[in-house]
Amino acid sequence: MVAVSAAGLRYRYGGRLALEGLDLEVAPGEVFALLGPNGSGKTTFFRLLSTLLPVQEGRLQVLGIALPASGAALGRLRCALGVVFQSPSLDRQLTVVENLRCQGRLYGLRGAELRQRCRERLERFGLAGRAHDLVATLSGGLRRRVELAKALLHGPRLLVLDEPSTGLDPRARLVLWEDLRQQAAAGVTVVLTTHLLEEADKADRLAILHLGKLAAVGRPEELKAELGGQILTLRAEQPQAVAAYLEKELGVPPAAFNGMLRVQHPQAHRLAAQLCEAFPQGISWLAIGQPSLEDVFIARTGCRLTAADEADPLAASEDHG
Amino acid sequence: MASVPPASVPTLPQPASGLAVWALASREVLRFLRQRSRVIGALGQPVVFWVLFGAGLGPSFRLPGAATGQVAYAEYFFPGVLVLILLFTSIFATISIIEDRREGFLQGVLVAPLSAWTMVAGKGLGAMLLAVGQALVFLALGLALPLSWGVWQLVQLVLFLGLLSLALVGLGMLLAWRLDSVQGFHAIMNLLLFPMWLLSGAFFPAGDNWLAWVVHVNPLTYGLAGVRRLLYVHQPDAAVLHGLPSLGTCWLVTAAFALLTLAASTWAAARRGRGDLR
Repeated sequence: MVAVSAAGLRYRYGGRLALEGLDLEVAPGEVFALLGPNGSGKTTFFRLLSTLLPVQEGRLQVLGIALPASGAALGRLRCALGVVFQSPSLDRQLTVVENLRCQGRLYGLRGAELRQRCRERLERFGLAGRAHDLVATLSGGLRRRVELAKALLHGPRLLVLDEPSTGLDPRARLVLWEDLRQQAAAGVTVVLTTHLLEEADKADRLAILHLGKLAAVGRPEELKAELGGQILTLRAEQPQAVAAYLEKELGVPPAAFNGMLRVQHPQAHRLAAQLCEAFPQGISWLAIGQPSLEDVFIARTGCRLTAADEADPLAASEDHG
Repeated sequence: MASVPPASVPTLPQPASGLAVWALASREVLRFLRQRSRVIGALGQPVVFWVLFGAGLGPSFRLPGAATGQVAYAEYFFPGVLVLILLFTSIFATISIIEDRREGFLQGVLVAPLSAWTMVAGKGLGAMLLAVGQALVFLALGLALPLSWGVWQLVQLVLFLGLLSLALVGLGMLLAWRLDSVQGFHAIMNLLLFPMWLLSGAFFPAGDNWLAWVVHVNPLTYGLAGVRRLLYVHQPDAAVLHGLPSLGTCWLVTAAFALLTLAASTWAAARRGRGDLR
């Protein structure tokens, strides 16, 4: 039994292909991250999953219901879905509890049950003291928590979040992840999109999306281990000279970024020793570590996560809003 | 389609259309009451119109077939202002859809287990309650007019105003669903909705020129005539009723107008536009 299963999923906005045959599966109770830059297709996948867009081509099955669905099946699926959008979806002119009540009624909750669920969610998310404040008066972090409380009010089995930590400070991010972990522990499947490596690293499994295609999928540590070897990162007085030495003498062309050089090698410690011999005074800082998700992203897509924005022809039009 | 194993979807609430309609409608009313400027604008502007036009055009107004001064302009214009209140409320409801989309509230509604009809009904009911409520407040000013009142007359009037406001809200929603800026809506309002009101017999009686034909095919003409007939239901010989369609025709045309605009806006709401994505 899988919570989400996609096979050969394609989506087209007019003439532009945003998803080019996506295959992936998400297990129940798992926290699954879709990592990719703007235009990678992750927001399109989110929209298909949240039933905001109809499936055009390929197969997408969510909680056992094949999409596109209509009528009773669609209603049943939507009841089991909790959706957190990247942009706010709260009514700023209503209070926190009024927003929750409105949401609850849309999902068929009423009376004592509605009141009790609102109270529970408000307490759980530390919002009880702000229940009667207008949403417009809340900070960004608090609003995000109201969004989450709202999405979870009806007790969904699958929580879908689009860039949930956008606009959150580091502390609020930690709290958000505690919340997501707690939901997953209670059996809720969590699927989120992100362009942040450290966020994808916290997921149980992640998929790397690039230009509408799946570049990699697996547990973060598995993906990193698959790269093999170690990562050597260094800062040099004369980076060009060190880079040339690495490429010509040692046969490992380095990648340069942020004024640093980086190579991946099965025996990085030997390279380090050789470099220190060759440039006894020229290396100001050097570190050897395990590959990060960034290294996985580079290895699988051939470009850096942050730089991929500009290279991506889809970026400008998909990220509208 | 595979069946859902019981473990994957435990007891979830059963959505109910009536409850969802009420959720959306009561939100509209709450939002309205929170915005004091909207309360003042929606009620104040028609009153100002009524007083200023009544005073300004009064001396030169003569109803066709009646002697000068027989019917005061303020009296002739009164039903027009009532309909104007409904029109303004419908315009506000329409703008609120554009705002809901821009502020993001709509996206949450779009993924909720609701049919397009429930969305339209919720928005429509909320706008109708606001429109009729405001029209009733204005109606109190009508006590100053030489009209005779009755309970059954008031009931009919409220029902008719409700039906007419549904038709206008439906029209507004139909327009709003494809627009993504309030500015765009202002253009439509000045080009379509306001002239529709001007040419309904609200502002001046239909003459004998080409405008008479436009007035004749304008569905709002029948809404206005219905309001006028119900205001004068105890004075069937009143000069202002001269040449107006019968009350039955007014009910029929207005009901058809409401059905048509609500059905069309449901159709529009069921289709996803790029504007629905954020």
